Amino acid sequence: MANAGPHGPSGTTQQASVSCEPVVSLQGISKHFPGVLAVQNVSLDIRPGEVHALVGENGAGKSTLMKVLAGVYRKDAGRVLFKGREVEIPSPRAAQQLGISMIHQDLSLMPHLTVAQNVFIGRERRGGLGLLVDDRRINGQTEQLTALLHVPVDPRTRVSQLTIAKQQMVEIARALSFNAEVLIMDEPTAALTATEIEELFHIIRRLRAQGVGMVYISHRLDELKQISDRITVMRDGRTVDTVPAADVALDDVIRMMVGRTIYQSAPAEAPAPASADVVLDVKHLRRGNVIKDVSFQLRRGEILGFAGLMGAGRTEVMRAIFGADPPDSGEIHVRGRRVRIESPADAVRWGIGYLSEDRKRYGLALGMDVEDNLVLAALHRFLAALGWVRRTATRSAAVRLIERLGIKTPGPQQLVRNLSGGTQQKVVVGKWLLADADILIFDEPTRGIDVGAKSEIYRLLNDLVRQGKSIIVVSSELPEILRVSHRIVVMCEGRITGEFPAAGATQEKIMRYAAARNGGPAPSAAAGPVST
Amino acid sequence: MRQTAIAVGAGEVARRESIFHTAAARKFLAFGGLIGLAVIFSLASPYFLTVDNVIGILLATTVNGVLALGATFVIITGGIDLSVGTVMTMSAVVTAVLISVWGLPVPLGLLGGLATGALAGLVNGVAVSKMKVPPFVATLGVMMAAKGLSLIASGSKPIYFSATPVVQSLTMDSAVGSIIPALPVPNAVFFLFGAAVVASVILTKTILGRYAFAIGSNEEAIRLSGVSVDLWKASVYVVCGVFSGLAGLIIASRLNSAQPALGAGYELDAIAAVVIGGTSLSGGEGSILGTVIGAFVMSVLTNGLRILSVAQEWQLVVTGGIVIAAVYADVLRRRRQR
Repeated sequence: MANAGPHGPSGTTQQASVSCEPVVSLQGISKHFPGVLAVQNVSLDIRPGEVHALVGENGAGKSTLMKVLAGVYRKDAGRVLFKGREVEIPSPRAAQQLGISMIHQDLSLMPHLTVAQNVFIGRERRGGLGLLVDDRRINGQTEQLTALLHVPVDPRTRVSQLTIAKQQMVEIARALSFNAEVLIMDEPTAALTATEIEELFHIIRRLRAQGVGMVYISHRLDELKQISDRITVMRDGRTVDTVPAADVALDDVIRMMVGRTIYQSAPAEAPAPASADVVLDVKHLRRGNVIKDVSFQLRRGEILGFAGLMGAGRTEVMRAIFGADPPDSGEIHVRGRRVRIESPADAVRWGIGYLSEDRKRYGLALGMDVEDNLVLAALHRFLAALGWVRRTATRSAAVRLIERLGIKTPGPQQLVRNLSGGTQQKVVVGKWLLADADILIFDEPTRGIDVGAKSEIYRLLNDLVRQGKSIIVVSSELPEILRVSHRIVVMCEGRITGEFPAAGATQEKIMRYAAARNGGPAPSAAAGPVST
Repeated sequence: MRQTAIAVGAGEVARRESIFHTAAARKFLAFGGLIGLAVIFSLASPYFLTVDNVIGILLATTVNGVLALGATFVIITGGIDLSVGTVMTMSAVVTAVLISVWGLPVPLGLLGGLATGALAGLVNGVAVSKMKVPPFVATLGVMMAAKGLSLIASGSKPIYFSATPVVQSLTMDSAVGSIIPALPVPNAVFFLFGAAVVASVILTKTILGRYAFAIGSNEEAIRLSGVSVDLWKASVYVVCGVFSGLAGLIIASRLNSAQPALGAGYELDAIAAVVIGGTSLSGGEGSILGTVIGAFVMSVLTNGLRILSVAQEWQLVVTGGIVIAAVYADVLRRRRQR
């Protein structure tokens, strides 16, 4: 390459560059979203030639902080220094021109365009009359960039034909084409196989040797030791600490992530007898790359908590059981009978109800009233001849449910749109009760619900199991999982990595299993059965 | 097994793609369909493949073909333009008013027609990109307004080019026929092919085409890349308007008049041609060659069924079925790829 000039082998520069001035210095950054303080007064340095890992639980503010640096969000307060000079970063383009590029978790490529067209989007080289695009030049330049990365990709290939790993290389190539001095990677390994991760690490090390400062957001704690120089832990929108990766134990990192207060499971109000019937038995469920041989059992009157980090595959498992995305293989037994569930309608017939994490989109008809929403899934029971709906029957059913669940509404005619989040959640529960569901799957049941309403939802869960329902709760909030569950299943990357009673479990224990790759629990695993 | 077969196929597609910027597989579907129809009709009727009839088919494709060219751009961005038919009529009426009522020179009149199309496209574009009106609604409004304006400007009566025979001879004379008398192909056909070449160059070689694909592919990503999405989206609707204007000139010339009542329904034929040609209504994929093939599928079908004395009502039914079958074939192809 032309630039392998008189500066000598790049390896020797590494040591010198690490001790340099920071290339980016964030000082007192804050960012609000309506109702949430996502990042509060955070300061962080990125040095040239370092890999700076940023870790924390879901919602700790890692991505938000980095999106401020990358120009996706505007900060509310604080300063950004780039090479010692204060800068404003109003747009992603402004960040890229400074030399700050971010590779987002969901890749932001245009699948129908070629590799080169993606790399140079917005910066096309104009040919004749300033109108024609000169693909030959950008193809050549892209070839040079990918050669630099030692990744052979034909710049003329369409991005949609590349693997996720290759697509990531395209994003890195795009960042390099801006002469990036700071590269932010948000969960870069989430979708990669082990060998692909090795390749990525290779490239990261090479970029490090060239003096690029990198921020590496990851949930996979075991990777941090391998690849990072410093680790910054965030919790609840604040930084907890920044430590050198070489001399910190991962257990300490986990402790910092979950906080000093150790949540123990509250004693379950009505512990499920271990001898109760198995109502749902899932065996060897698989779907593509997201569900890898998942098996578990749910007993009558039990609340089974599903813990894991974002992208662990929990929602995917639930959607597979509910028939929303049918699995490739595996068996589902409901109350001892093997059933085929190919659509949500099948699931409902077998008494399974699914309460989506996005209830406004999937759970409710916001423009309809409470009564209509309650009877929606069971309308066939209220029909007279010719599809006529018996209004008096639906009315009395609605009134009964409003009373039983304590739905706070002026009446059954109230539009669901006007109710609070917690009350809306109860309407969804009521809908499934009316549809005779006795296996209820709650996906993030308290997302977007205020603290007061949360405890009411928890009480509702307990009431339901006391009435003989069986419940699965998927939650990313560890205190919530510990509080409501009888038993906890932990998933990581499409596999179940841990399964244990909630009594005596701690956040640290769940976190260790949740960050465990390839089955085994991460460092110093507590003794406990690992079912795979 | 299937995996490897697809991988090999994909490599070939990628190589051939650079020529026309679309998957060869999709065009093959439409092209195969076109050949299939031609074979069936020529077996069924000896008249189908005569020079006269083929020229008839070519001529019948010109207006719908040019409209479909413009619609292709909009559909590639993931939008839709329902106004191409009535905008075409409005352009024809404006041209006729300028030439036959105001007595302006013919070239100015033609330019006025194209400008009318561009203006209507600009209104569509601003409504969609700046005002964020959904394309379906914005272009529906322009479709109705253009129809009304055509009737107003013409006094609801056809305007003829009686004093300027040159208007009709522009498209209906045959430059080829004057050299090779055996092949009296009217100029209109070459307007279609010329317009298709221009459209193809714009789509595959210019920045506008690049951004049209990018917007349809992942609008948010291109916005984050610092591209002014609003500007380019509006430009795409202007390009579509200009093609509608050109179609207006061709139809005015062919009929030697502007017929203000004409135009409604043309937009659906145009969209059908685009879709048969393999352009995806969800955006990001499509090609001009496909659209031209799609337009020919439509007119071969109409022509062939007429030769076989199928009643016009049944022609519509068959065409409708073909549109759905074409898109279904594409859905199947995609499902297999995934």
